[in-house]
Amino acid sequence: MAKLRVGVVSPEREIWSGEADMVIAKTVDGEIGIMPRHTPVLGVLVEGGVLTVKRGGGEPDLVAAVHGGFLSVADNEVSILAEVAELGSEVDVARAKNALDRAQASVEAEMAESDAAALKRARARLRAAGEEVG
Amino acid sequence: MGAQLRLLRRRIKSVKSTAKITRAQELIASSRIVKAQQRMQAAEPYEREITRAVSGVVSNTASVDHPLTTAKEQPRRAAVLIVTSDRGFAGGFNANILREAEALGGLLRGKGIEPVPYVVGRKGIAWHSFRGREMGGQWGGFSDNPSYGNAKEIAGALIAAFSDEDGIDEIHVVSTEFISMLTQEVAVKRILPLEVVETTEKPETPLPYFEFEPTAADVLDSLLPRYVESRIFATLLQSAASEHAARRRAMKSATDNANELIRVFTMQMNQARQAEITQEISEIVGGANALADAAAGKE
Repeated sequence: MAKLRVGVVSPEREIWSGEADMVIAKTVDGEIGIMPRHTPVLGVLVEGGVLTVKRGGGEPDLVAAVHGGFLSVADNEVSILAEVAELGSEVDVARAKNALDRAQASVEAEMAESDAAALKRARARLRAAGEEVG
Repeated sequence: MGAQLRLLRRRIKSVKSTAKITRAQELIASSRIVKAQQRMQAAEPYEREITRAVSGVVSNTASVDHPLTTAKEQPRRAAVLIVTSDRGFAGGFNANILREAEALGGLLRGKGIEPVPYVVGRKGIAWHSFRGREMGGQWGGFSDNPSYGNAKEIAGALIAAFSDEDGIDEIHVVSTEFISMLTQEVAVKRILPLEVVETTEKPETPLPYFEFEPTAADVLDSLLPRYVESRIFATLLQSAASEHAARRRAMKSATDNANELIRVFTMQMNQARQAEITQEISEIVGGANALADAAAGKE
């Protein structure tokens, strides 16, 4: 079966690139799964989403927290253009939990826009690291 | 020791310490060029992909009607983003940019458009505030190591002013492009209204028909600001690399010049010392001769 060529890039660097069987991401319309020979798609990703790349062949899945950006699929090539992205394996769980608590506290105190975004980001980061988040 | 000799020794000492400083600056700059170049390369994939995505949307939607892509019929005010450095010691780096910016300002005024400077880098800010020119915006402190956040901030301010009805109608950028280690050129570009850059190499296959999530208009709405950000980020990175290259070159010629001065002064010092010795000898010989003559006269 054909494989997808996947690239996860942020403005500062290329985060990951390689081949995969399937890519699952969350756009503003909902979850989208991309398999080889998918029609060309351009989607807007949600703030604080989790990206899963199923690499197949016994390799572990790649999970990353993606904060905003785009998904572009064309010709079995998938590019994730993320403003900020972190691989699940690179997430500092303790720090992310800390950030989550802090964001939650300030959101409860006053509904500030930036805090709500921080909360989403912290959640995505933890989920990418494989932690259970309420 | 003669006064001239002492003076020359002092000058040599001072030139030597200057040479040490410029040499150190040169070494620092050359190590930073490499880092800046790596950052430029690291940012390339994102810029390439986003350009591809934008041209994908534009080629799919027959008529792109977005505020960021449509030119106003009668532009009145244009923002000029001037990217300079925070520190000097870089030869003509900032002077070249500011000269080019002035030329662009004159050109715009000739067309009846009022230029509004938006300045990046402390040198440019100082230049404008010294002349009492009003700036639409100013950012400083990151010219040698810009982050994406900086680019976002600048792009945000520019896009906000652009979207404002009474704001600005065009955005131009004056910055230095890093062509190679030895060549950097000042370039003037217009970034808004957007002219979607057609890639020079034609794709073998026409761009496929895209599906959009949620809709083409929404995708374009969030894509275009990111595109502008990424263009500005690339500009900042190029400017940073160019700044280091210009500094390295300026510091290298300063070091060479100092070494040449040291050589000349050392020669002059040796000559002065030799002249002093010769004079002393001739005085001694003259004195001895006079004594001998006097003794001969007595006999």
